[in-house]
Amino acid sequence: MNIHEYQAKDILRRYGVPIPPGEVATTPEQAAAIARKYGKPVMVKAQVHAGGRGKAGGVKFCPTPEVAKEKAAQILGMDIKGLTVEKVLVAEAADIGSEAYVGIIVDRATKKPVFMVSAAGGIDIEEVAATTPEKILYLPVDTRYGLLPFEAMRMGFFLYQDAKQARAAAKIMHQLYRAFMETGCSLAEINPLVVSPQGEVIAVDAKMVIDDNELERKPDIEALRDETSEAPSEVEARKANLTFIKLDGNVGCVVNGAGLAMATMDLVKFYGGEPANFLDIGGSSNPEKVVNALRIITADPSVRAILFNIFGGITRTDDVANGIVTATKQNPLRVPIVIRLTGTNEEIAVRILKENGFSAMTDMDEAVQKAVELATQSGSTQGARGATAGAAR
Amino acid sequence: MSVFIDNSTRLVVQGITGRDGSFHAKQMIEYGTQVVAGVTPGKGGQRFDGVPIFNTVAEAVAATGANTSVIYVPPPFAADAMMEAAAAGVKLIVCITEGVPVLDMTRVYPYVREHGARLVGPNCPGLITPGQSKVGIIPGQICTPGTVGVVSRSGTLTYEVVFKLTRAGIGQSTCVGIGGDPINGTSFIDALQAFEQDPGTTAVAMMGEIGGTDEQEAARFIEANMTKPVVGFIAGQTAPPGRRMGHAGAIISGSSGTAEEKIQAFRDAGVGVARRPADFVPLLQERM
Repeated sequence: MNIHEYQAKDILRRYGVPIPPGEVATTPEQAAAIARKYGKPVMVKAQVHAGGRGKAGGVKFCPTPEVAKEKAAQILGMDIKGLTVEKVLVAEAADIGSEAYVGIIVDRATKKPVFMVSAAGGIDIEEVAATTPEKILYLPVDTRYGLLPFEAMRMGFFLYQDAKQARAAAKIMHQLYRAFMETGCSLAEINPLVVSPQGEVIAVDAKMVIDDNELERKPDIEALRDETSEAPSEVEARKANLTFIKLDGNVGCVVNGAGLAMATMDLVKFYGGEPANFLDIGGSSNPEKVVNALRIITADPSVRAILFNIFGGITRTDDVANGIVTATKQNPLRVPIVIRLTGTNEEIAVRILKENGFSAMTDMDEAVQKAVELATQSGSTQGARGATAGAAR
Repeated sequence: MSVFIDNSTRLVVQGITGRDGSFHAKQMIEYGTQVVAGVTPGKGGQRFDGVPIFNTVAEAVAATGANTSVIYVPPPFAADAMMEAAAAGVKLIVCITEGVPVLDMTRVYPYVREHGARLVGPNCPGLITPGQSKVGIIPGQICTPGTVGVVSRSGTLTYEVVFKLTRAGIGQSTCVGIGGDPINGTSFIDALQAFEQDPGTTAVAMMGEIGGTDEQEAARFIEANMTKPVVGFIAGQTAPPGRRMGHAGAIISGSSGTAEEKIQAFRDAGVGVARRPADFVPLLQERM
């Protein structure tokens, strides 16, 4: 789960990380009022879950409250990578002497959280890693011992020659590490970490990504979720315990299991179609899940055909068949459906489907080809209800 | 022959009285797995389908000589269950549980290793050596004994491929589901190494997916160390970057972990590339 910069900063402040003051505004007037209260130049920063906010024009320096109002008016409502800006952070602008990068990620290779620190901050760290890898220090941490003081000092001195600044940075490393562990992050970064002309080390921007698997035991972190920043269909799917990701194509996919769901999308592409979504109904699917899945998929106007691909292991294919029948009785389909199912209780499932006017296939490739074909046809004859209804039955 | 499990596997089921644990314990017993013990704290002394239940794994091991454990406990308790099994001296620990926080795994992984145990999973379907033993949730009826080793990060995608193999008359030595989490106990390389050493395995089918570099490292291992043919598939060629595709580990971070780079690594290492699940059958037939 992504959280906003202002939320990440609130968390880091609680752990003692020095961060210039800032508050959230949802109107230009509020932005101006915050700037006036600080009595100093401010940064107005779009709060959306997207990288490259600066390049998109979503981060502006504002010397006066009037400018803050004007810039906030421009940024609020702006579209950044498909996301509408609903909030801005108005933060005291820091005087910047030098910029460094500090981040922690869970590293799959070492199976540990790994610090990445670099004196080349303020820019994309992936770029630094690709072009000048020697400018990054990688430091894996054994979580059973935690970050050790000498490790933090080593990173401090890697960034700064001045002992006082190195110590200040080391202290921030400890604070960041504790925040990372206790919040349940998969990524936390401060970029940039700056030294002011007065020699103070402060965090100017922060980012945190939370491991979704932590949310159940951390309701206070779950409460930070901003549903306005997600596609409504994805919010609905999460509430129905489905894993759903919206894509740009026109073949709606309903699959059990994440690997098979990805392989199904890939096969749609292989046969010349485009998947409209990733949707995993999970292992022990009850008919209710199928009903919810169909509702979410059919709500997408770009879907021209629906493809079920179910491999019954733990999932009982008759449960899925019952779900399809129930769902289509409640909401008759307006687009053709192709159902492929095989495995546990396949004979019962096929009988249920046949009795209700559906046909079922058993081969994955044939089913995907059929769905792609139907999506293409129904896409080119939009509104040809007779044809689509015929195909559905 | 086989890897990791066979008819000498003596299994303890952690969480045997839970919803998933009880269902799959029955299935494993039906398949012929030697389920010798169950563990549910507070239910020690009771029985499940004739299997004695213990309060702790240590008691279960002492009383029954269990050498393998399978875990079906809910995510908040899974880390402790894995470490409990390792401390009790179990040598193979298979964690089926999905949703284990990754930071928990940063503690579990070194702990299990230091106790000399192998962990498979978490968030995996487990293993099956057809005709001998099944540990986990892979449906027994889709498998048939043979000489192809199967290793995969996925569940149902594995079933899809294994079922296709079985129908084409290609049997399996062992199927190993290593799981879809970013930190897992057994990597592709661990499984490949075991298959290379197993005289009962003549070829390997591997199913990877987007995220991380495990497949790229496996490709380098195959090129340097394997004499047996390998055919590979990568799921997620159409997955958008930055999104977690169901599995916690299936995410393209920045520009790394894409399907293209993994497929290229396979090609460079001489691994047969299945572009569709159905391609496994002809590609394996050519090579065996």
